[in-house]
Amino acid sequence: MIIEEVKKDTVIDFLKEKKRIDGRSFDEYRPITVEKNVISTAEGSARVRLGKTQVLVGVKVDLGVPFKDRQDEGILSVSAEFLPLASPTFEPGPPSEDSIELARVVDRGIRSSEGIDLKSLYIEEEKVWGIYVDIYILDHDGNLIDAAALASVAALDGLKIPKYIDGEVIRETSTILNFNPKPASFTYSKIGKDIIADASYVEEIARDARLTIAVTDQHVVALQKSGSGSFTKDEVMNLIDNSFKKRMDLLSYI
Amino acid sequence: MGGNSSEPLIIDGKRIDGRLLDQLREITIKVGILNNANGSAQIHWGGNNILTAVYGPRECFPKRAANPYHAVVRCRYIMAPFSSLEEHGRTRPNRRSIEISKVLKEAFENVILTEKYPNSVVEIFIEVLEGNGSTRCAGLTAASLALAAAGIPMKDIPFAISFGKIDGEIVLDLKKEEDNYGDADVAMAIKPLTNEIILLQMDGKLTREEILKGFEMAFDSAKIITKKQRDALMSLYENEEIED
Repeated sequence: MIIEEVKKDTVIDFLKEKKRIDGRSFDEYRPITVEKNVISTAEGSARVRLGKTQVLVGVKVDLGVPFKDRQDEGILSVSAEFLPLASPTFEPGPPSEDSIELARVVDRGIRSSEGIDLKSLYIEEEKVWGIYVDIYILDHDGNLIDAAALASVAALDGLKIPKYIDGEVIRETSTILNFNPKPASFTYSKIGKDIIADASYVEEIARDARLTIAVTDQHVVALQKSGSGSFTKDEVMNLIDNSFKKRMDLLSYI
Repeated sequence: MGGNSSEPLIIDGKRIDGRLLDQLREITIKVGILNNANGSAQIHWGGNNILTAVYGPRECFPKRAANPYHAVVRCRYIMAPFSSLEEHGRTRPNRRSIEISKVLKEAFENVILTEKYPNSVVEIFIEVLEGNGSTRCAGLTAASLALAAAGIPMKDIPFAISFGKIDGEIVLDLKKEEDNYGDADVAMAIKPLTNEIILLQMDGKLTREEILKGFEMAFDSAKIITKKQRDALMSLYENEEIED
């Protein structure tokens, strides 16, 4: 706790001079790399590196039973595991509120973008495809939501949907899922009066509030504020504008 | 949200319950309805019936969860198994209620002067007895009063409100059908003294302009909701004898 307090003070001291601790500008992301098809056993997968943060996403496609109120639609399910090997602050056990929140925010961005037509996953009465997105946090150096969202979108891009023939799931031949438009997720951290993009872990310790904005070309498709701080209406609107501007840059990594 | 309804949700500028686009549902709040809690409030907001209570500041258990610099805030939001017109729900927290509890807790951390109570905990309980859309907003609005009634020092008494998009129109205060069959819903909590936003969640699709319009409706609703809150809190003390 003492070390965290010291790091926090350093971040705040740098911000007073309009600088970030790693020399980035306020809206600058760390280097991003996206590798696709990294898990041979999954129908879709991707590994994203965002600075020192690493996230792996594996997607399985399985037969499922549709929800009662959505008989003609397939299933999309997003879960997140904060693996204990990823950070000294992660503990084994049931999902934490942070991992549940992360999965649900990523889920909302993908679902609300309507880039995946869930009706296209219908097979026959009481039979649909279920897309199960599992987010594995491998190394935690901040901004897990954006890394996880980008990895999930990358893993779903080109997802193989198996064939269902005579009551059997055939995974050897498949069709490719159509996914358009794709959402891009941007998380902003407010520290004092300053707002920065893509906070590292040290910056997250110092932050007062966080706002995640997911956008497609025309629409905001998810908003999630978190942390004990606050945002003004004008700040939210400016961040929405910034997210629209940066969307294509971020998606170009996929 | 995102479901399909063949029935229109707006006819001749009026919503299914006869409301105008920017009209709130009926709100009644009662403060001080439980004996054991340090503070409590019950809110009826449209078809919502939500009981809220606050315990604390009290000693924090387990001890390792305590913080030597400030009080820990906990919040439990949960829907009763009988709170929905549809099937029987679960008694235990699900993923939805865990996420809502988290963002509500963070909103309350913003207003409570936690630094006054190191090593202690303030616990906020929000039990949805009957749910009819925008339950987290109604719950936060009531729990703010439970905190005030418990004598917890706060910077402001926040309220929360929802807006969304139904049949192509931006509307205030979504009821259940509007949430289920609408195109988007936004929940937000506001500190009325400073107009800061301390809770913001959105689900669905909205353009920039639609969000801006919703924000304006939400900020405009402050007058009505904060007056209801103030009146409910004041009535707690109206019949009290003042002792020397």
